[in-house]
This record gives sequence, structure tokens and C-alpha cells, in this order.
Amino acid sequence: MKFGVVVFPGTWSDRDCGWVIDQVLGQELTYLWHKDADLKGCDCIILPGGFAYGDYLRTGAIARFAPVMEKVGEFADRGGLVWGICNGFQVLCEAGLLPGALIRNASLEFRCEWTNLAVERTDLAFTSQCEEREVLRVPIAHGEGSYFADPATLSHLEQRGQVVFRYCDANGRVVPNANPNGSLHNIAGIANARGNVLGMMPHPERCSEAELGGTDGLKLFRSVAESAMKVLVS
Amino acid sequence: MIARVIVTPKPVVNDPQGLTVKQGLTSLGFREVSDVRIGKYIEVNLDTSSEHEARERVEAMCRQLLANHVIEDFRFDIEPEHKRR
Repeated sequence: MKFGVVVFPGTWSDRDCGWVIDQVLGQELTYLWHKDADLKGCDCIILPGGFAYGDYLRTGAIARFAPVMEKVGEFADRGGLVWGICNGFQVLCEAGLLPGALIRNASLEFRCEWTNLAVERTDLAFTSQCEEREVLRVPIAHGEGSYFADPATLSHLEQRGQVVFRYCDANGRVVPNANPNGSLHNIAGIANARGNVLGMMPHPERCSEAELGGTDGLKLFRSVAESAMKVLVS
Repeated sequence: MIARVIVTPKPVVNDPQGLTVKQGLTSLGFREVSDVRIGKYIEVNLDTSSEHEARERVEAMCRQLLANHVIEDFRFDIEPEHKRR
């Protein structure tokens, strides 16, 4: 299982993701520079957190023009696993690989705190090691993570079960108080219809070792490592 | 030609910046303020003398990059460059 972590100018979570893949899970890792026009045979591409291209114009708006993103789009079209975390989720929305957009937090504050996530899908390559309706404790760190989509898109997402994570309380109840940023329907992460592209605002790479206060994030990395073998990239 | 592009959040999109500025104006005594929406102003200089062509090109720029159609609306004016403010 070979993970590729994309590095744009302004990306800041690339080494955190790399550490989990390489040092914690012992999986093969390569960093992909934004100018690379080759995914180097990776089985899963991670777009990590940060401020790609300084978030100029809009978060993620410029990153989609990077040479590597053309290849990521083709890879996703072939069924390859693409995982956007925080800024990576914003990039996936701007690139049209996921529907909707991430806008300024309702509080206007940059929120850096632990959240609880209700896992709504356990049949995906990214969540196969999670229990049905499991609650994961994963931190967020963003100023623009409020998920928005028009009503038609939103009901489409719900009907097709594309909402993967929702902000919830410690008991798994999806309530307004558990929503840190004003996301519609408490959405913290969504997948594309095919289920091979995941975008999420919370940072699983920051809770994959006990020293960091939690290991729930490791379940997602482990899921990918173990189930990616089953996904056929044509 | 110069295009003056204005990008605004769609009416259905929550604009917490606008709400906060509205509260600020109200507390300064501007009680007639009923709504504030905050967007972006973008100037684009074009090497063309045809206003029609410039209009088509800027429209395409807005659709492809300058505005995100999911959350933003746009409008723009085109003027010959010598009128530049």
C-alpha cells in the first residue's frame, strides 16, 4: 500500500500525515510536489491541511491549477482513493471532485478544538475499520470549514448516503451545540457518489498516537491501508 | 479595457462578516442599516479594444475562477482604460 501526500506551497500537515503513514503504520510513503505530473504509482492520494497558495482568492481556488491536480482528477475518475483533509477538502470542492463549498465559520473564529464525529458510513475504504454509528474524537483547526451546498445538492447527498461524518455530542447525538462552524446538517465530511473520494475538515493525522491525546484518527489510516487492496484501479 | 468585477455571497449563503459589520454600524448609531453583505472587488486589465470581446472573456473568467458559483454571484463593468480612476 503506497500513500502519496501532496505538498503545495503553504501546505502544513504533510509531515504529520507522512509520520502516521510511515512511522506509525509502517506503510510506504512518498511526497508529491505540486509540480509533479506523475502520481508515482501511489494507491491512495492525500491532500493535507494548510493554506495552499496562501488561500488566495478563495480557499483551494488556486491549488486546482497545480499540475499534480490534473493527475489526481484522472486518478479519482479511475476509482483511485483520494482523501482531502481540511484544506484538502476545500481543494477537492474547488476542483469539482466533491460537491458544495466550505465557507467562513459562522462564529468568524478560527476554531482549534476537539470534536466528536458520528460515522455514518462504514462501507468505505476510509472507514471500514470503524463500527456502525461509532463516535470518533478528532480535532479541527480551521477558519473556513462551514459546509455549504444548495438545497438540491444537499438532499442529493443525503439520499445517496454521501455524508460520511457529522459533528455530534459525546453520545453521538447530532445536535446544533456540537456544530463548531455552522456547517449545514452538521456535515464534517462527505464522499463522492462512487465512494473513492473523501473530504473532511477534522484532522485524523493529529490523533493517531496516544501521546497526542487520542488514536481515533488512526482507524481511518488503518482502514485505507487494509481495504485499499480490495479496490481495483482500472 | 478594464473590467471592475464585484463578487458577492449569494443571498442564501450565510455571511457572518456582513452580520458582524451590521451590528457594528448599528452600535455606532446607524440604525437605518437593515443588511450588510461583504464581497470582493477585482480589477482586471485586458489587452483588447473590443468591449464586446472583453465582456465575453470576463464573463468566462468569472465563471471559471473569479467567482465560485456554489456560493457567490458576480457582476462587472467594462470601461476603456483611459477612464481608469
